[in-house]
Amino acid sequence: MPTWVQLLFLACGVCFILALKGLSGPKTARNGNLLGAAGAVVACAVPFFWSDLHLKHVPLILAAIAVGTAGGVYGAKKVQMTQMPQMVALFNGVGGGAAALVALLELQEHGEFFDWFPLAATAFTIIVGSVSFAGSIVTFAKLQELMTSRPVVFPGLPVIFGGSFLAAVVLSVMLVNEPHLWIGVVMGLLGLVIGLLLVLPVGGADVPIVISLLNAFTGLTVAAGGYVLSNTVLLIAGTLVGASGTFLTLLMANAMGRSVANILFGALKGGSTLGGGEASDRPVKSAGPEDIAILLGYAERVIIVPGYGLAVAQAQHTLRELVDVLIARGAKVDYAIHPVAGRMPGHMNVLLAEAQVPYEQLIEMDEINGDFKNADVVLVVGANDVVNPAAKTTPGAPIYGMPILNADEAKQVVFMKRSMRPGFAGIENELLFEPTTTLLFGDAKDSLGKLLNAVKAL
Amino acid sequence: MSDSVVWLTIFVLSVFVGIEVISKVSSTLHTPLMSGANAIHGIILLGAILVTGSTDSTAALVVGLIAIVLAAVNMVGGFVVTDRMLQMFVRKPAKKTDAGETK
Repeated sequence: MPTWVQLLFLACGVCFILALKGLSGPKTARNGNLLGAAGAVVACAVPFFWSDLHLKHVPLILAAIAVGTAGGVYGAKKVQMTQMPQMVALFNGVGGGAAALVALLELQEHGEFFDWFPLAATAFTIIVGSVSFAGSIVTFAKLQELMTSRPVVFPGLPVIFGGSFLAAVVLSVMLVNEPHLWIGVVMGLLGLVIGLLLVLPVGGADVPIVISLLNAFTGLTVAAGGYVLSNTVLLIAGTLVGASGTFLTLLMANAMGRSVANILFGALKGGSTLGGGEASDRPVKSAGPEDIAILLGYAERVIIVPGYGLAVAQAQHTLRELVDVLIARGAKVDYAIHPVAGRMPGHMNVLLAEAQVPYEQLIEMDEINGDFKNADVVLVVGANDVVNPAAKTTPGAPIYGMPILNADEAKQVVFMKRSMRPGFAGIENELLFEPTTTLLFGDAKDSLGKLLNAVKAL
Repeated sequence: MSDSVVWLTIFVLSVFVGIEVISKVSSTLHTPLMSGANAIHGIILLGAILVTGSTDSTAALVVGLIAIVLAAVNMVGGFVVTDRMLQMFVRKPAKKTDAGETK
């Protein structure tokens, strides 16, 4: 490898480090991302200017890049902010798939010259890349509601999963001894099965953690691929993403009060993790928009708990207008943001930023939780699990141990709901039946519109 | 120092750097950070270009081209979507004309 290529790859590696660093602060995030993109583009342009490489099939390669670029840009521009988690899952999956294919090709071309260690890295890349691909596709299907978001478990699943895993290990050993292409292909297929079985039993509410975990997997896959190809920039970029992704996964699992192992394998132990998922017919107190408007209009301290349902109904703008009116009437209003509100950690911040809610009104859980007891009214819009007291009181509930917003401490709670169906995690919410709770049934956007007019008319 | 050890050194140091640079991230930015990291591993596109450009067999060429398409979707789509998200976090002097799009 000529020196200029090595130096350029080093520079690209530095770009990625600075990109991640930038992405972790609100002011530097956008530039960080652009720097990462610049590094990636430069790195990918290198082979075309590296004359000793004698790159073949250049027109076809350029055409394939153009097709992928067009697809990526189209998806990225088209996607709704509510669908961001599944988009990230999809992008992650295709990346993992690409890494597995690259390792297969390298095995076929140069496998016979490889030492045992590069062969082991090849095996790792093929298997984990396929796991990431299949797992991400299932994740996508769950979030896009192409399939049920509840855990899918069938008898024998742990046995098949364990068997596939063992077979993959055995095949890896075989591959290291004799680098045949067919072994690699079978390993790839096994990886797909493992990925499928890994994500199927994961319940809807935990899927975001899985996205982050699979993201880390793909990072490690790319790192191993970089070693196989003796390419420093792949190794550095992949390792950075693998390490930071793993760390991020642990942070998020922590925010939900769960261990990663519990998230992945909790459903396999069976029992209570499968919520009823059906509407309850216990009595609740409900009221019309006019009554709620009076409650809100004369409250001094209001806390809004927004959830994914708000974004699905595209009601963020109406909500912001309502909050503006309440503030104009002299109330102090804030949004309480649970770390996993939405379908992905930090997702709610993105959704509210889209509706141009001022950053200062978004208060994180730890900061606002002590404040709920001073609140006259808590307005829960499209959220459910993040205020479900079962997380504190019901050992065995799938969300047990997850820190929640203490909405139950407020003087009054107003729940805006479409129906009595339970939330994403599929468990009933005791808060709905409390005497201090009032329900306002209907589509969030519709109800908020009526509420807004009623408050204005006060 | 043997070659393998050099690679191991890069790997281990990168692990620490990777953890260190994001250790102070606020949960507000988790989604864009995940999406940005996701785009970075799209750099496998470089690997896909290198292997595809060195093959002579037609079957391998086809597989390689598929890998390039997938990797390009990951890399380009990832960076573009992250930028779109981050755009919304940048609060310019409020109520400028760019608010018209969503209204």
